[in-house]
Amino acid sequence: MSIFSYLLPKKQRTASVAKERLQIIVARERSMRGGPDYLPQLQEELLAVVRKYVPVSPESVNVQVDRDSGCEILELNITLQDHQDT
Amino acid sequence: MTKIVVVTSGKGGVGKTTTSAALATGLALRGFRTAVIDFDVGLRNLDLIMGCERRVVYDLVNVINGDANIRQALIKDKRVDNLFILPASQTRDKDALTQEGVEKVLNALRDDMAMDFIICDSPAGIEKGALMAAYFADEAVVVTNPEVSSVRDSDRMLGILASKTRIAEQGGGDIPARLLLTRYSPERVLRGEMLSVEDVQEILAVELLGVIPESQAVLNASNAGSPVILDTDSDAGQAYLDAVARFLGEDLPHRFLTTGKKGLLGRLFGGQ
Repeated sequence: MSIFSYLLPKKQRTASVAKERLQIIVARERSMRGGPDYLPQLQEELLAVVRKYVPVSPESVNVQVDRDSGCEILELNITLQDHQDT
Repeated sequence: MTKIVVVTSGKGGVGKTTTSAALATGLALRGFRTAVIDFDVGLRNLDLIMGCERRVVYDLVNVINGDANIRQALIKDKRVDNLFILPASQTRDKDALTQEGVEKVLNALRDDMAMDFIICDSPAGIEKGALMAAYFADEAVVVTNPEVSSVRDSDRMLGILASKTRIAEQGGGDIPARLLLTRYSPERVLRGEMLSVEDVQEILAVELLGVIPESQAVLNASNAGSPVILDTDSDAGQAYLDAVARFLGEDLPHRFLTTGKKGLLGRLFGGQ
């Protein structure tokens, strides 16, 4: 890359916006990949159960499957809001 | 040993067929017996790009169904020795492509026709045709444009290649997949309007097979029905020739990554 590219005005660098957006979405899609198909539904149903007792937003739930030396770990993270006492 | 190569992308219109035609022609020019198969059942296109549309008698589905044998269906290229085209069927029957059928065709190309390379031109999308084109592959070329939806789809396709090929299913792991970045415009990259080859490589994290510059030669070639790699004066033709050389294991520097003609200053500061 030429040194002149660094001297160009910083406005309108749509390519860097594209790169950032792609890095985020690709990372997210990769983390879902290879996981069991039931994962999104599991997440939704678990959320529904939790919601019966605590108000939580869909974004505050994170379901992840990790494979570790022949054993699979289903990890469920629910971030409760600050004012809640656990 | 016959090598089966899938040319795929996920997204449509990025240059899969142009690339399949160029890659197959380039390999045949190097003396390898090469067949290129159009897997886009329903929407036949490779025959037009290869300029043999008026010579199509039988197609891939005819061979699968046993209506014709592989010798009858293969179209021998008139310009390049060792180059053969197997066109797609125009049937709208989605189930025409079966795994057993495709395997039979590939085996016939390997055993009866003694092909060195079989290039599978995948349809767009991630449905049956695309999965069948990829299933038996030993190696993949992922065609990507420096554009968000194409890069995302390529990543998706790389994920599919890692799990949905015969080799992967048999525990052989990922097949080697290499990136071919097409319609690249160094001017726009310089202006910060287009993802650079480094950006795309960083996101997809696969080896780079080549960069094909955005070129008028590509449309001219498809208009004429002559693979662009035969237009050796053109930038795109030369870029494909380089990509074929790299495909065969040669170590060539990447060209056409910087803007047009460079003066002394450009050479000093332009890098690459």
